[in-house]
Amino acid sequence: MKFSGYRRPDGTVGIRNHVAIIPASVCASTVASNIAAQIPGAVALPNQHGCCQIGADHEQTVRTLIGLGRNPNVAAVLVVGLGCEGVPVHQVVSEIEATGKTAEVVVIQEAGGTLKATAEGVAIASRLAREISFLQREEIAVSELSLAIECGGSDFTSGLASNPAAGIAADLLVEAGGNVMLSETTEFIGAEHVLARRAKSSEIGEKIIRFVRQCEERAKLLNVDIRGGQPTPGNISGGISTIEEKSLGCIYKAGHAPVQDILAYGEAPKEKGLYIMDTPGQDIESITGMLAGGAQIVIFTTGRGTPTGSAIAPVIKITGNSRTFKMMEDNTDIDASTIISGDETIEQVGERIFEEIIRVANGHMPKAESLGHREFGIYKIAPTY
Amino acid sequence: MLLKEERKENLLKNQAIVIHAEDNVATVVDDFSAGTVIQFLLGDSVQSVQLLQDTPLGHKCAIRLIEAEQDVTKYGEIIGKTTVRILPGGHVHVHNMESQRGRGDKQSGDK
Repeated sequence: MKFSGYRRPDGTVGIRNHVAIIPASVCASTVASNIAAQIPGAVALPNQHGCCQIGADHEQTVRTLIGLGRNPNVAAVLVVGLGCEGVPVHQVVSEIEATGKTAEVVVIQEAGGTLKATAEGVAIASRLAREISFLQREEIAVSELSLAIECGGSDFTSGLASNPAAGIAADLLVEAGGNVMLSETTEFIGAEHVLARRAKSSEIGEKIIRFVRQCEERAKLLNVDIRGGQPTPGNISGGISTIEEKSLGCIYKAGHAPVQDILAYGEAPKEKGLYIMDTPGQDIESITGMLAGGAQIVIFTTGRGTPTGSAIAPVIKITGNSRTFKMMEDNTDIDASTIISGDETIEQVGERIFEEIIRVANGHMPKAESLGHREFGIYKIAPTY
Repeated sequence: MLLKEERKENLLKNQAIVIHAEDNVATVVDDFSAGTVIQFLLGDSVQSVQLLQDTPLGHKCAIRLIEAEQDVTKYGEIIGKTTVRILPGGHVHVHNMESQRGRGDKQSGDK
């Protein structure tokens, strides 16, 4: 099976053709957004990070910014730095450039302030937009797709309909030789043994268990137990009997394939197949991590409905709740409530989701993209100093 | 109003969902009283079971006999063990099954 995409110099394939304006720190975010606002097709990734972060938290921000610049949906990059932030601006540029795509830089303190830096940046971004405008889509094997799977605003239909159907779509992509990423470590608690059993090796299985335990330990440092009384009284009255049942409902959105490895936040998979990424359960930060890891497309299951999208990848929304589909039709692409009503099987809806993935890869806009939803956030693992 | 109409429609179709062919429980998609015969799809075949207790929306019922201390299977995976024998149609929940994680949610060190 094929789709049409943009072949990048490093061999990866984009399904969108963005100029990304990446601020290296919070201090450069307004200038980056102002530059992007002037250029059709340019997207800014304004964030609150990049300075006064230490250790693994600092490294994670740098890795994420580089990963987003390297994402194949990004055709060219302008990094905007203040000049004194902790993020090594020129290292970010050179690691993005290593993919063969053009990456330029504007430093506000060197350019002479907001107005001069914005003018310089607009000139560069305009040139980048012209340079990438002639790029043509070509026929590409589906095995070049990397799919991020997210869930948010869950309800009783998530585990019954949208998540198992998303899992079928994930299985179809893995069978076709592509990549699938499952994230949200918090939501593995209680089902990590199932993921570990599906791991490619016992070593990877132990690694999965370790990551989930570490997630729990981080919560304990705050003197709260994130699973205090799980399943919650609300879950129990809704019919969930055990923590295994609750977490299985979440993890089945990634299907049944063997787990190749567990990736750090923002890390790219080395091989094909199903990967787990260590991210928080917060939807936006979780999606950012998978995009920094190279995913070009996102499917997002929801029970209650949610509007969020992404600046650099299309996000397809799926609900198993017929009432939500009607109430939140502005934001929801696929109605999986036919599984609940008995009009379609989980497999049939899964195949429909897979067809939609191909259609969106070919250029069709899902609703979040057509409404300009560009929510963005980077996961932090330590306080700012 | 809308929800009621939808539910009425659902009653004529699926009344419970079995996610995986190996599962021994179904999840009901409406509130049902004891004695109701509910239909569900198992693979390609329509099957039915008579509910032994009132079973609310989103709760599970056994679709086969499950002996005491046996695995309860949903999503094709074990979600816990029964504490007593559960007859086909029996409500399966915290009163007759338990997590295999034991106290694992209280002590990070144990299994």
